[in-house]
This record gives sequence, structure tokens and C-alpha cells, in this order.
Amino acid sequence: MYSSFQERPNHLDPVQSYSSNEVRFTGQIYEPPLQYHYLKRPYALVPLTATAVPQPVYLGADGERLPEDSAPEDVSWSVYDIHIQPGIRYQPHPAFAQDADGRPLYQDLDEHALGDIYALGDFEHTGSRELVAADYVYQIKRLAHPHLHSPIFGLMSDYIAGLGDYADTLKAASAEHTETGGDKGFLDLREYPLAGAEVIDRYTYRIKLRGTYPQLLYWLAMPFFAPVPWEAERFYSQPGMQERNITLDWYPVGTGPYMLTVNNPNRQMVLVRNPNFHGETYPEQGEPGDAAAGLLVDAGKDLPFIDRVIYSLEKEDIPYWSKFLQGYYDTSGITSDSFDQAISVGSSGEVALTDTMLEQGIGLKTAVSTSDFYTGFNMLDPVVGGYTEAARKLRQALSIAVDTEEYISIFLNGRGIPAQNPLPPGIFGFLEGEAGINPYVYEKTATGPQRKSLAIARQLLAEAGYPDGRDINTGKPLVLNFDTTATGPDDKARLNWLHKQFAKLNIQLVIRGSDYNRFQEKMLKGTAQIFQWGWNADYPDPENFLFLLHGEQGKVEHNGENAANYRNTEYDRLFNRMKNMPNGPQRQQVINRMMAILQHDAPWIWGFHPKQFSLVHSWYHNAKPNLMANNALKYQRIDPQQRAALQAQWNRPVRWPLGALLVILLAIIVPAWASYRHRQRQPAHRGSH
Amino acid sequence: MFAYIVRRAAYAIPILIGVNLLTFYLFFVVNSPDDMARLHLGVKRVTPEAIEKWKAERGYNKPLLYNEAVSGSERFTKTIFFEKSVKLFAFDFGYSDDGRDISHDIAQRMVPSLAIAIPSLLVGLLINISFAMLLAFFRGTYVDVSGVILCVALMSVSAMFYIIGGQFLLGKLLRLMPISGYDGGVDAIKFLVLPVIIGVVSGIGSSTRLYRSFFLEEAGKDFIRTARAKGLKESRVLFRHLLANAMIPIVTGVVVILPLLFMGSLLLESFFAVPGLGSYTIDAINRQDFAIVRAMVFLGSVLYIIGLILVDVAYTVVDPRVRLS
Amino acid sequence: MIMPVILWTDALIFLLVAIVTGFALYARGKPHLRAPWHHVMCSRLGSMAVVILCAYIIIGLLDSLHYRPAIENSDASAETHYAVEVLSVLDVLVGPLRTRTEKTYSAPFATQLFSRETVQHPDGSQTRKYPRLEYGGRHLENPAADARADILQRSGIALTQTLAAGLAVLLLITLWQARRRQLAFMASLRDILARRTAVPWLIILITLSVLLLLTFLAINLATAYHVLGTDKVGEDVFYQTLKSIRTGLVIGTLTTLIMLPFAIFMGILAGYARGWIDDLIQYLYTTLNSIPGILLIAAAILMLQVYMANHPDAFETTLERADIRLLFLCIILGITSWTGLCRLLRGESLKLREAEYIQAATAFGVRHSKIISRHILPNVMHIVLITVVLDFSGLVLAEAVLSYVGVGVDPTMNSWGNMINSARLEMAREPVVWWSLLAAFLFMFTLVLAANLFSDAVRDAFDPRLRQR
Repeated sequence: MYSSFQERPNHLDPVQSYSSNEVRFTGQIYEPPLQYHYLKRPYALVPLTATAVPQPVYLGADGERLPEDSAPEDVSWSVYDIHIQPGIRYQPHPAFAQDADGRPLYQDLDEHALGDIYALGDFEHTGSRELVAADYVYQIKRLAHPHLHSPIFGLMSDYIAGLGDYADTLKAASAEHTETGGDKGFLDLREYPLAGAEVIDRYTYRIKLRGTYPQLLYWLAMPFFAPVPWEAERFYSQPGMQERNITLDWYPVGTGPYMLTVNNPNRQMVLVRNPNFHGETYPEQGEPGDAAAGLLVDAGKDLPFIDRVIYSLEKEDIPYWSKFLQGYYDTSGITSDSFDQAISVGSSGEVALTDTMLEQGIGLKTAVSTSDFYTGFNMLDPVVGGYTEAARKLRQALSIAVDTEEYISIFLNGRGIPAQNPLPPGIFGFLEGEAGINPYVYEKTATGPQRKSLAIARQLLAEAGYPDGRDINTGKPLVLNFDTTATGPDDKARLNWLHKQFAKLNIQLVIRGSDYNRFQEKMLKGTAQIFQWGWNADYPDPENFLFLLHGEQGKVEHNGENAANYRNTEYDRLFNRMKNMPNGPQRQQVINRMMAILQHDAPWIWGFHPKQFSLVHSWYHNAKPNLMANNALKYQRIDPQQRAALQAQWNRPVRWPLGALLVILLAIIVPAWASYRHRQRQPAHRGSH
Repeated sequence: MFAYIVRRAAYAIPILIGVNLLTFYLFFVVNSPDDMARLHLGVKRVTPEAIEKWKAERGYNKPLLYNEAVSGSERFTKTIFFEKSVKLFAFDFGYSDDGRDISHDIAQRMVPSLAIAIPSLLVGLLINISFAMLLAFFRGTYVDVSGVILCVALMSVSAMFYIIGGQFLLGKLLRLMPISGYDGGVDAIKFLVLPVIIGVVSGIGSSTRLYRSFFLEEAGKDFIRTARAKGLKESRVLFRHLLANAMIPIVTGVVVILPLLFMGSLLLESFFAVPGLGSYTIDAINRQDFAIVRAMVFLGSVLYIIGLILVDVAYTVVDPRVRLS
Repeated sequence: MIMPVILWTDALIFLLVAIVTGFALYARGKPHLRAPWHHVMCSRLGSMAVVILCAYIIIGLLDSLHYRPAIENSDASAETHYAVEVLSVLDVLVGPLRTRTEKTYSAPFATQLFSRETVQHPDGSQTRKYPRLEYGGRHLENPAADARADILQRSGIALTQTLAAGLAVLLLITLWQARRRQLAFMASLRDILARRTAVPWLIILITLSVLLLLTFLAINLATAYHVLGTDKVGEDVFYQTLKSIRTGLVIGTLTTLIMLPFAIFMGILAGYARGWIDDLIQYLYTTLNSIPGILLIAAAILMLQVYMANHPDAFETTLERADIRLLFLCIILGITSWTGLCRLLRGESLKLREAEYIQAATAFGVRHSKIISRHILPNVMHIVLITVVLDFSGLVLAEAVLSYVGVGVDPTMNSWGNMINSARLEMAREPVVWWSLLAAFLFMFTLVLAANLFSDAVRDAFDPRLRQR
């Protein structure tokens, strides 16, 4: 299979890989205990290496066991026991290589022994071993490793018992280690026990959390909680490895269906089927309609289907798109520029592929992504921020004026849903239809909800103290500042558009562009005024969106994810309650109340949730957008013969212009030659002048 | 001559120190180590502790130029500037901020850069010299006038148009070659054709015009007139005398840029997604990977200075009257 | 009521205009200074280029007169406030082009949008169709049928206007020539038409007529249609290209204006003084030269952004921010480009220093400053002039590349570089959106071509070595 990467992944170490371009690799290689069901919606967790999805046991302050339905306030500890399947083996890797006597081959190398080894593939021998529970525990300990920067360390140390202190322990141990010259920089975490993660037996381990944190299960489906064998870490910490770019960050070691064999971030990354894969079968059940869509044809067959996946570096969208059309890539997204070529929208708004696409046998998959793209107000700002009624009205007026529908239509070709609040569809708490409409921006009409008119926005603006865009006291025109890092080719159009939206209310929008770092600094200091920001769900729980406006997450005060620095006591109280509730009508009620508060305060112009459109060629099977699962590759199947045939058919070069060029060249050369001959016969001195 | 080269090389050291100081200043005045850390650690869930840790690991937690916390000569040596600069002079570029060995990367990325630069240079030279000779041969006629105007017109087109136009025409409409990308080994050829063509075409205008003036200058000299007066065939005059003499300024012009070919072409490489040194530099600037930026700047200035020395040497080779002193 | 706004670049542009005018007045009386310029005007391509460049310069200058209109107050007694938006005289002249924006792309002369849109009917049903443009061809009842005839008719009017204006210009030139050369009107006219004049008036007239035709076509058509289409957010591309002219000219001229004093001073000083001063200056420019220019530019732009982020109040409007960035770009381009001229001047003054008349002047004890200003400076001015003119086109082209790398002019500013940069994406659209790229290409190509032809003419005129041959 052929795919591409736009930017090289920074980290492939499961402790650090977080962004989507990293997880798309680590997800195929590492196997955390849980995964998302590939076909079922709403998203459901199923075991991957675990035997079952673990259920927490709640403990009181004195360690006594509490009933399952205890109130979160009473629970002091929750304990998860995770059993893994026996017999799972790691991919072949030199770290496991042994000689005839069972001694490790490559664990005591010095720089000299590495010789001309520059990539992992240059090692002659490889080995493997069985996956054990200790490997999972080892990885949890690595979250606190002094030399690694896990993005979730801060979050997890709030929950996993003793993880915060453990980091200090390791730091001290590491310092001591360096002084005594220890084992070449390898810090054996097995020697340092962690209260929150323990091995129970060969195939069982236990995670102990402070209080309750039901969202832990979602994290258990991410590579952060995948197993890492200590041998690998020791192997990579030998002298000379780092110098040769042979690190765990670069060459992952996993139990998953694929292993990374080539990693040249300047050009190509190659995933190859792991010969030791423990085996898994294609799911037999799906959503209604999956069978009709041909998604269950492979039910029960062994995974994975594809042997090799080649990812090539492709920085620009345009060449990628052309190559997709030529059949050199198997799947593609759609940029707004190629939209009209690919998609035709029917008379009642339904999307379909254009005839040219259908002729090529290309298929279309759509899904609303679990992301937010919003325009935030800095609530600390004296003009747009604050919780007075006037400030609210200003923000509400702006929320009406910025015509998200038009934005979606121009820049996304309609591939998006205007957001009413932070919750995207598919996440619990999202309300369909009129029930979910933001009453401050939309009004009900006979044909459904409509964006309120500009007259209402102007009215609100006047009530906020800026009639006709001018300060009622000083008469000065209102000027707002938009902070952005935009420099790309498409950004000029976006900025112009935004400027137009504010101009509708006679408000001048000053675009303050700066580089990424300066933007970050402004956000951290709270000197930005209006900004755009996005959030991509970590897991399908409303908590993962609503915490973006939680007071404790304030960017300026707590360096958190609440970029708008929004703080509302009532909201924060409800958030803490909602966090620990199971999905159900009660939780919905709490969420509804939170939404009402947010919509009234309008700290964001809610923006939109983008729809993902992806195209797949006819030889590509089992594609179903799954926004949560990061290991979907193993379910995909392609038909290489069909691909080769079609590629050849589509790419007949047009050669006649070459011939034409030749003729033109001849037409120029022949007279020139004739003239040259003519000159030759002339007396020589005529040439000079 | 050997002594001369050694002296010039020694003269290069203060220049390199100056370059280094300037890069260092420019980079750090706009990017505090905190900024660099934040950029490297990503967007989501970054804590101040993580930033401190990142800085400490890469030695960015020290003062920039002067360390007051320690005493003696360490005040100057225990600084970011000293620690990061000294090794450069031994061509030990160290590790990039995300932990890759820079020397190894440079060695690897040099290949694609040269794979574009060398064919472009050679093909370009061939075409430009032939065109220039053609124009010089037809000097004063309509061929010459319209040729020169065509050259000026070619010069007036932005390089961006050549690239976009070339990709559109040859890659998309005619499907003669892939639009962009790169592959190892022989497979690379099909990817390299288009960038090389565009590299050559975009240079035709200015070079042809320049070379034409070299030819005309030589053509005006006495020995050519003498040769003609002797009744030598025009073709012989053209190739034996004119070309041989006009090659001197052409070759010296090429020698200057020869070392800089290693640095790769910034525009071509990023447009065609070729993993060479040009795109390496741009990526590093965008990612604010200071270690790579300074390594590339250092390498660039070394190559530039080598180019200057080469020109002087080339002058003595082609013209024995010039003595290096 | 308006409030004039003088941006930094405006001020420098007018300084430049003042310098050029001053020099022109000074040179009028000196035959040896006038002669080469006359030579430029006598070359056919040179005179053509001058006419085209003048057209560009006029547009650029009109676009450099900025002001802020007052906002009307409901009660007259209140203090007058001015709009935040800064306009230029050009904006007034092109009038509706600026404000008449469509929703998104539309092709040149189109009357409907380029892409289909879902239209909701009152009965609740939806259809996908190409909606009518809000402004383009608004006056037409039935655009599909009438547009062609309307365009032809308007072009016809433009043609007539051009003929009239062209004849008027011819009349004026002939009368002027007749008076100057004391010829009969008809004789003068015959000379001009038969190209017997030293200055090729006929060529100038033809060039001028083509420009006039384009102007009249624009006046007649651009008010009713988007002659070069609209961009992604519906802005008129013709307007954008017109606005880009100033950006291109500013980069091409101000950069040189800024670097010139350094280059001349340092170059002559190094060549004249020699010794350690020479070493120091050589060191300076070798060091600067050996740093890849792109890095210097990127760093400078970042520095500016830091400064602006720390002083947000100093820059009130988007235009001011964009302007200061443009100025900074000129400065940093100047810093990277002065070295070439400096080296040339150093070489030339080294040579001149040995000349007999300067040796004599030194022997008579004439002060160094006087020798430099009286003897050396005038003798290197032709090199300066040729370099300046040659650099111009290179700088205009460089702007496009810098925008691609992301360190060019502000993304909100109209410039050809920004246009090409966005056009990159448009070329991949299907069907292709070609007009932005074409518009930027045409305007940029014409300017650079004219500048290159002009510089050729200037070089021929000023470089005595070349002229002899």
C-alpha cells in the first residue's frame, strides 16, 4: 500500500508520540491493552491484548472496598486489574537476539562494535520474546522517566498513585547513576517500584488511581499505555546508538501487526507485516448497513491483510492529489481546491462523486470529525473579555456577524457543521436538531433554524455600548485585534474573509500576525484578543471537550488548555460533577445546563466541526472512517493486480508535444544552418563590425 | 601558491567566527530557548517542567554569552555560545535538537541536492554556451536582436512561474513525469528530470546573455581579426579561438558557485519534495532547530570561502601572468 | 474631511521622488549629464520601456498618497473621528473596484460564480446552480445572451476614446516638436511618422496608445465586470494587481535607496583609504555575504514580529503593520545586497586613486573629502546607476520567492508574490482557476521586462566601454 507523510513524525516512542502524524505509525506497531471496535458506533472499547475491558474496584480512605455505585466523593482509590493474553510475541528485533547459549548478543556493545551499522536493519541477528505484564508496568513507569517528556505525565501524575513522587525518585536515581558511571546511561526502572502500577503475575498488572477517573479506559487504548520491553531500552542506551540515530524514538519495538523496517524521515518510512503477530480476526459484527457496504466480507479472516505499507514524504497537497488520481496513492483526502473535481452535490444537498471519479471507480467515505475549530475571545481582555452584560452582548453580536456557514461554504465546500457549543456530533451530550441550537446566534424559522440577522447583531452591539461600531462615550471607532500565526498561501484569503465579517458591523479588525512562538507567548501572557484555535479529541467523552473551558485549565493562570481563560464558578462546579458521571439522562441534564451557561457567556465563536471526506480507489477495501481507532491499518485490504492494471491504463503519457518540439527545433536549426553555410562562403572579414 | 592558499584559509577563521556570532545573535534574539522547547514539545499538554527538562538536556539552560554564576575562564566557556560553536570548527556538527546526528543527515541529503545541481549545471552550460555562440555568430542580425530580447523576456519571468508552469504542463497535462517526489537509486531519474529541466530553463535567459557578451568581447580583439584575415574558416575561428578564450570568464564564473552546489536549491527542492540540503535548511528554519541552522550556515560560509579561493586559483591556472601574492 | 496618513514607505518614496527631481533639474543644465539620458530616449526599446515604467510609477505614486476619511457624526458639535481604514488616492480613482466583492471565485467577465451552490427555494426544496454575481454584469437583463454584445460595445467605446486621445497626443507632440525645431507643422508630422526624429516619437506614441487603450478598456469594462475575475473571497483580481504595483516598486526602489549610502561610502572609503579600513570593510562584506541571505531575512522578519508583539499600540492599523514589515524587508534586502556594489566601487576607486589627476590633487594638498566628492564620486556614479537599475528587476522577482518561503511581505498586503503563492493552490483546482496567476504574471512580467530593457539602454548609454564597440 502507498501512503504519504507530510511532516516527519518527531517521536515514535510511545511515551511521547501524541500528535496524529506520530500515532498513525505507533498505533500500528504498539499494542495497548484496549482498542476501539473498528466498525461499531458509537465508539466502543474492546480488548486488544487484554482479555477483557477492566472494571475498576473502588476503595475507601482506609482501603476498604466500596460498592460500584458509590459517589465519586467517597472513593479514595480505584484499582484496575488488567489481564493480558498469554503467547503474544514481540516483533523480531536485535535487542532480543541471543547466541546459541541463550546469552543476549547485542546488549554489551561499545562504539567500536557497532562499526558500520547505521540503521537497525544492519544488525545481523534478531530475536523475540513473549509479552508479559511487566512490560506494561515498565512503560507506565517510563511516563515519569527523567529523560523523556511525556505529554500526559502532568495529567497522569494527578491520578496514578505515586507517579509524581516517582519522577523525583527517578531524577535522583538518574543523577546518582551518572555520578557513579553506572550502566552506560541505562536506568533500569524495574529496580524502582511504583505504587500506582504493579505486576500481579506474569500476565496481570494493576493500576491504582487516586479518586475516580473513568476516562482512564480511553487512555488505555492509546500508545501511552503500550508495552515496552526493558531489553529494548537497555539496547538503545548503549554507547554509539544515539550517535547513529538508533533510538527507541526512531525504531519502535512492538507486538502489533506491523513493524517499522525503513525509517528515513527525509524520504520514506516502511511498515512491514510483523511475522510474530499473535493473530487477530476481522470483526464479525458492525453497524447496521456495514454488511451492505461490503465491510463484512472479510469477517473472521486473519488480520492484517496488507504486507507492506510505504509512506513517502509529500509536503504539498497538490502533487499528492495528482498522484492519487494517477493511482500512485491508494487513499486521499479532499482539499477544498479539488472539491469540485471530486464531489458533486445533488439537488437536495446530498453529496456524490462526480462522473470522472465514478469512472475511475473511486469511492467516497464521509464522517464528521470529533474536532472543534473555534474563534476564541480572551476573557481577560478589557474589551472583548469580562462577564458584564455589555461584554457578553459584544461577543454575541460578533458571534452572529461571523458567518460560519459562509466560511464552511467557501473554504470547506460545505464540509463542516456549524458548532453550537464545544461538543461535536458523535460525542455524548451532543443534541441533534433544534434542541441543540444556540439561541443567541440562531432563531427558529419555518424552514429550520437561521442565523440571526445583522440588524439584531447591530442592536446587540449598540446595547454593548458601540452603536454603529463606535464607542458611545468617546465616539472612537471600535478596533479589535486578531492574533494569528497565519503565513500560508491560503491564509490571505482567510484573513480577508474574517476582516469582511467584522466590517459588517463597522468594526475594524486588525490582523496581528506573528510567528508561532510569539503567538504562544501572547496566549500564555493573555495579551491576545481574538484568536483561532482547534482541538482534536483524545477520546470520545464529553469531558475531553468541556475541560477546554474549565477554569482550572486557564492558559494564563495554570498553563492549561483553556485558551480563552474562561472561568465560571457554576460551570466549573457542574464540570466536576459531569466528569465522573456515567452516560445517561442525568449526565445529559448536567451537560445541557453547562451548555446554556456557555452559550450565554459566548467565550468562543463556536466555529465548526469539520467533516472528513476521504476518497479510496476501487482496489482498496474495508475503509470505514474511525476517528478514534489509531490502528485501523490492519483492517484494510487492497488488490495489487487491479491497481497495477489501472495505473498503467491511466498513465499513458501524451507524447505528441515532444514530437512537435522536435519539429520546431528542426525548423529553427535548418535555416540557421543554411545561413551558416552561406556565410562560410562569404569573404571572412564581413563578420566583424 | 600553497602558502597563499594556507594564508587565505587562515584569513577565513575570523570570518567564520563573525558568521557564527551573527547567526547566534540573530537566532537567539528572536527565539528564547523556551520558545524552542515549546515548539519541539508540541501543542497539547505542555508543562513548564517539561520545558525546563528539555532545555537542560540540550544545554540551553545556560546563559548566552557570559556566565556570571561561575568564575575564571569558565565564565565564557560555560555558555551556550561557546559550547555550541567550538565543535563546529572541527566540523563536528553534533545533534539536531530532536536528537539526530547532523553530519550523517547532511551526508545523506547531499546526494539528492547534487543529483539536481550537477546535471542542471552541465546541461545548462552546454545549452547556454551553444545559444550564446549562435547569437554571437549572427551578431547584428535579426536573429541576434530577437534572441537577446527573448533572453530578457526569459529573465523577466519569476522562477515561481517556471516551476508552477512546468509542473502543470509536463506533470499534470502531459503526464510525462511525476510532479514531485524522490526515490533512491536509478528510480530517482524520473523524479529528477523535471526539476533539472526547470533549473536549466530558468537560467537560460541571464546566462546566455552574459556569455554572449563574453563572446562579443573576445570577437572584438585583434587576434580574432588576424585569424580571419589569414583566411581561416569561420568555424575554425569560432571554435578554436573564440570559444577557447571566452571559456576563461565562463569557467571562473562557474568555479565560484561550484562549492555552493552542495547547499542545494531551496526553491526547487521544496517545490519538488526532494530531500536535499536546501529543503533541510528551510525545514530547520521553520522548525527552529537551531543546531541544524547554525550547522548549515557554517557549512555555507565555508563553501563560499572555498569558492573565493578557487576563483583565485583558477585565474592563475588559465592566465599564467597572474601571480598570487 | 480627511486626515492624511504618511506611512514610512510613503515618506521614503517621496524622498526618492524629490531626489530624482532634484537631480533632473540639476542635470538639465549640464550637457555631459544630459547626453546619456538623451541616448537612452533615442533607443527604441529604451523609450518604450520608459513609457511603460512611467505608467507603473504613476499608479504606484497614486497608491502612496494615503489618508483616513472622517466618519460622519450625527451631531455636528462632536469631535471628528477618522475611520481606522487607510485609503489611498488610487482607491478613490478605481472607486467601486475595491468594495464590490463577490462571495467567492468568478472567472474574468463572468456573470455568475465559478462554483455551484445550493440554493434554498421558498418551498423548502434545494437546487445546485451557479448563482448570479452580485456586481459582475449586474446591469444585464439576460447575461448569457447579452454579455458578449455588451462587452464588444464597451470595447468599441474604449477604442474610439483611445483613437481620440492618441490623436490628441500626436497633435501635442508634433506642435511641440515643430516649435522646438522651428519646422512647419506638416514637416514635423512627416518626420515623426517617418521615424526621422532622434527620439523615436512614433514608438513612444504607439506604446502610449496601447497603454491608453488598456486604460480606457479598464475604465469602460472594469466598472461593469470583474475583468480579471475574483479571488477566493470574491475580491477583484484586477484591483489586487493594481495595488500590488506599489509593493513591487517599493521593494525595487527603496531597497536600493536604503543600501546606496552604505555601499557608496564604504566602497569608496575602502578603495581610497586602503590599509586596515579596507581590511575591515572587506571583512564585513565577506562575512555578510557568506551567510545565506534567506536566513538573514527570516531572522529580521522574526525580529520585527517580536518587536510588534511587544509594542502592539505603536501600530494601530493592519496597513501600518504591513507597511512597517515592508520597510523592514527593504532594509534587510538592502543589507544583503549592498555588498556587491560595495565591492565594485572599491575596485574602481582603487584604480582611480592611482590616476594621475588624483595623484596630482593629493600632491597639491587638496583635502581627502574634497578629492572624494569632486573627483572619485562623479567618476563612479555610472557604476552606481547601472547597478541600481539592474538590481531593480531582481528585487521585484525576489519578492515572489520570499513570499513562498513565508518571510515576504505581510500576508494581508497585496503583492504579486502573495498572489502567485495562493495561485499555486488554485492551479490544482479542477477546473483550473488560472486568472490570478495570469494577472500576476502579466503585470509582473511587463514591469520586469520594461525594467530590464531600460537597464540595458541605461548601460549602453553610461558605460563608455560598451558604447564604443
